[in-house]
Amino acid sequence: MKLVAVTSCPTGIAHTYMAAEALEQAGRAAGHEVAVETQGAAGSMPLDPRVIADADGVIYAADLEVKDKDRFAGKPFVDVGVKKAVHDAPGVIAAAVAAVESGVPAPAATGHAAGTGPTGPTTKVDSNAGVGTRVRQWLMTGVSYMIPFVAAGGILIALSFMLAQLAWGDEGVVRVTEVPLDDLMTSFNVVSLQDWAVLLFQTGGVAFGFLVPVLSGFIAYAIADRPGLVPGFVGGSVSVLVGAGFLGGLVTGFLAGFVALWIARWKVPKGVRGVMPVVVIPLLSSFVVGLVMFVIIGRPIASLMDGLSSWLNGLSGSNLVLLGVLLGAMMGFDLGGPINKVAYTFAVTGLATEGLTADATQYKVMAAVMAAGMVAPLAMALATVVRKKLFTHAEQENGKAAWLLGASFISEGAIPFAAADPWRVIVSSVAGSAVTGGIVMAFGSTLRAPHGGIWVLPLIGNPLGFILAIVIGVVVMTAIVVALKSAKPNPLVEAEQAADEQAALVGQTA
Amino acid sequence: MTTPLITADLVAVDLVATDRDDATRQLIDLLAAAGRVTDADGFHADVRAREAQMATGMPGGIGLPHARSAHVTVPSLAVGKVPGGVDFGAPDGPATLVFLIAAPDSGDSAHLQILAALARRLVHESFRTSLKDAPDAATVAEIVTREVVPA
Repeated sequence: MKLVAVTSCPTGIAHTYMAAEALEQAGRAAGHEVAVETQGAAGSMPLDPRVIADADGVIYAADLEVKDKDRFAGKPFVDVGVKKAVHDAPGVIAAAVAAVESGVPAPAATGHAAGTGPTGPTTKVDSNAGVGTRVRQWLMTGVSYMIPFVAAGGILIALSFMLAQLAWGDEGVVRVTEVPLDDLMTSFNVVSLQDWAVLLFQTGGVAFGFLVPVLSGFIAYAIADRPGLVPGFVGGSVSVLVGAGFLGGLVTGFLAGFVALWIARWKVPKGVRGVMPVVVIPLLSSFVVGLVMFVIIGRPIASLMDGLSSWLNGLSGSNLVLLGVLLGAMMGFDLGGPINKVAYTFAVTGLATEGLTADATQYKVMAAVMAAGMVAPLAMALATVVRKKLFTHAEQENGKAAWLLGASFISEGAIPFAAADPWRVIVSSVAGSAVTGGIVMAFGSTLRAPHGGIWVLPLIGNPLGFILAIVIGVVVMTAIVVALKSAKPNPLVEAEQAADEQAALVGQTA
Repeated sequence: MTTPLITADLVAVDLVATDRDDATRQLIDLLAAAGRVTDADGFHADVRAREAQMATGMPGGIGLPHARSAHVTVPSLAVGKVPGGVDFGAPDGPATLVFLIAAPDSGDSAHLQILAALARRLVHESFRTSLKDAPDAATVAEIVTREVVPA
C-alpha cells in the first residue's frame, strides 16, 4: 500500500522528524511505501504531486495546521497527532491501512482542483520578494488568469459584429444586440447568419462577465491561497454589480486576499480547524467583502456617477472640442468602469433624441466617445510590438488580441495592461483618449451606432477624420506609456527575460 | 558546519538528577559554559514552556527536552546519561538517556537540517543503544558527530 504522511510539532525541530523517521521505518517493516512531508522549522519540502496522486491513504501526524491540506482531499486518512507517531508508529501505520481498507474518504474539498492538476493553479508569487514586487506579482497572477477571458470574450464579440454586418447590413451591430435571448434558445437556425451572430455575441458577453471576478479572485488567490478564491470572486462580481469596474475588482482582490489570510491565521480549536478552509473562511471573508463593497464603496460610486452625468448634461452647448477632450479622458480612465460608463451612457442617451439631423451634436459626441474608447487597447497592442521588452509574455500575447478588440471598440482589451500597472497605463490612456476625443470633435465626424468600432465604418460621417483621430491618439498614448514604462523597468519582466536568456544558453550548450 | 553539534564537554556521563527540570538544568549549564547558550535562565524557561506543552519522554528510556530560543547561538546537543533514571513523562518509565536540543530562534534552514537529521537518528534503536553503551564522553560525541549528517 502507498501512504503519504504529514508531520509537524510545536517546536519543529524534534518530533516532526522523529515521527517522520518512525513512520517511514514502520511502513517499510510492514511492507508499505510511506512518503513523509516534514512541516518543521527547517522548512518543508512538499511531496511530489504524483506521489500524492498515487497514495492510497494519508496520515496526519501533525500538531499544527497541515499546510495545503486540500492536496490530500478525498483520500482516506487517519489523524493521530505527532506524539502517537513517535511512540507507536506501527500502530499508526496499521490504523491508516485499516482506514484505507474501510474506504473512509476525507470530505471532498473545493471541486476546482480537478481541472487544474493536483497542485492547483500556479501563482507568480515569490514569498521572499519585497513588498512592491509582491504587489506586482499578485496583480500579475490575477491578470494572467484574466487574459484568456478577455481574448475569448472579446474575439467572440468582434466576430459577432463582423457576422452581424454581413447578416443585417449597415445596422448589424445594433440589431445583433437587440435580439432577445429567448429567441436565440427557442428558434436557433443553423443556416441563419443572424442567429450565429447573436450566439457569438451572447457567449462573448458571458465570457466578459468573468473578467473582473477572475481578476479579483486570482489576486486574492495569490495573496491567500485557496481560501482567497471565494471572497475574491464574490468581491469581483459585486464590483461589477455596483458598477465599480476593474478598478473596483483590484480593490476587492486585495481586500479579499488579506481578509482571508487574516482569518486563516486565527487560532481556533482543533475541531473547527477542519471546516475553516471549506466553510468558515469563505463565509466570513465573503461577508466582509460584500459589506465593504455594497455599503461603503457602492454608494459613493453611484453618487459619483450621478454627479458626473448631470454635470455632463449641463455642459451641452459649450465648446465641442473641450467636451470631446473631456469625454475622451473619461473613456480612457477606467475602461468600462464607472467613469467610462458615464461618458458612454451620455453619448448613447443622446442618440435616442428624436429628430436629429445628420450632423447633430449628439452624433458627434457618439463618434468622439467610440473613437476614444478604441485608443487604449490599440495603443497597448502597438506598445507590445514596438517595445516588446517592456512587457511580460502574457501581456505580449494579450497585445495580439488587443488589436482586434480595439478595432471593435472593446476597451476591455486594455484592462489586463491597466490592471497590471494601473497608474502608468491609465495616465497614458487618459491622455491618448482625450486627444482622440478632441480631434474627432474638431473634424466633426459623426456616428449613428452605439458600438461596433471599425465594423460600423459605413455609419460614420467623415470616416477618414475619425480614423486619423484614432491614429493620433494611439501614437500619443503609445509614446507616453513606453516612456513611463522605460523610466522604471518592471522587475517581473526582467526576471522573465533573465530566465529566457538562461534557457537560451542551456539550449545552446545542450 | 563550522561548529560541531556536540563536543565531549557537552556530555555528562554520570548525571544524578532529582527530576527532569534538574537534569535539564545541568545540561543547560554545560551549554552555557561552552558559550552556546547566552542566558541559561532564559533558555531554561523556553525549554520548560515546551516541556509543559507535551512531555518529551519517549519509549526506550529517552528524555528529549528541547526548544528554539533566542538565547541559543548555534544548534547544539547536550547528552546526559542518567544511570539512576529520571522521569520524562514517558509511558514506559524513567529516562536513562537525556538529549537536550538547543536550536537558535532565527536559525536558517541549513542550520536546522542538522537537528532534523539528529531527530531522525534518535528514532533508531541501534543509535540509542550505541550511545548508552559508550564508555566515555568523547565516544558519545564521536558517535553523534559520525552518525548525524544532514540528508
